[in-house]
Amino acid sequence: MSDWTRVEHFLHTDPADVGCDEAMAVLEVYAELTHADPRSARARYPGIAVHLSQCGPCAEDLAGILRALVADAADES
Amino acid sequence: MPTAGVDPAKLDPASAGWLGCLEDSAVDHEGCLARLHELMTRVARREMGRRAHQIAVSGRELDDLAVQSAGDAMLAVLAKLDQFRGESRFTTWVYKFVMLEVSAKVARHQWQHHAPGRTEVDWEVLPDRMGLGPEEHAVQRELVSEVARAVDEDLTDYQRRVFVAVLIDGVPLEAVAVGLGVSRNTVYKALFDARRKVRAALVEHGQLGQGEGRPA
Repeated sequence: MSDWTRVEHFLHTDPADVGCDEAMAVLEVYAELTHADPRSARARYPGIAVHLSQCGPCAEDLAGILRALVADAADES
Repeated sequence: MPTAGVDPAKLDPASAGWLGCLEDSAVDHEGCLARLHELMTRVARREMGRRAHQIAVSGRELDDLAVQSAGDAMLAVLAKLDQFRGESRFTTWVYKFVMLEVSAKVARHQWQHHAPGRTEVDWEVLPDRMGLGPEEHAVQRELVSEVARAVDEDLTDYQRRVFVAVLIDGVPLEAVAVGLGVSRNTVYKALFDARRKVRAALVEHGQLGQGEGRPA
């Protein structure tokens, strides 16, 4: 990655980003979709997908829910 | 306690079971609350353990944070039962509250122990924060100078505070939200706008192109 690309990355924003509140409102739905098929989750909620790629705290919460779902699936099997 | 705002007949059996036993009139109401608390505590402990490195806490103190997170999340779930729409399994909805509380506890701890203690901005760290290599020192100095100018002149006080805290001082975004007493979304939005303005200033002054990368 060139220095200029790093600067772009550092200052990057995406107008499709829906923000934390909108992402949090459906995070559990997005998590179940992602657990089943990540591609369909991104296709159904593109603005949420953009936000989760940009926002560390929201992505961390999603990852935590996914870990809980994986543990549930292991318990059920 | 509010009742769920969804028809149990439209839910999966496990979710319908949870909502049924959480009704105040349910025969096994107390046992249901205990099972829910046990589930949330188990999930909170696992998640807090995974995030322990973010706050350098372990042992009893870490477990206390996990148990507090589960307790606060349980209160939130019970207060908002009428907001459960049945679009996911009930337990997945519950896990979201656990994650929010774990995040809040971690952020509060980070702010208490790592809040910026100085008022002047250390622009020297900016190239490192941007991930720039050691080469092109003259270009880097120009970039840093322009970013500093844009931050000083183009941002509102609030945007400047957030930009410096998160992107220069390296304070986690949610910890900044705790420190400022605002929501995660408020800090994220301010940072979003600040980044957009600083980038626009770099484009205007020829340091960045309109598209990606180096100006033509």
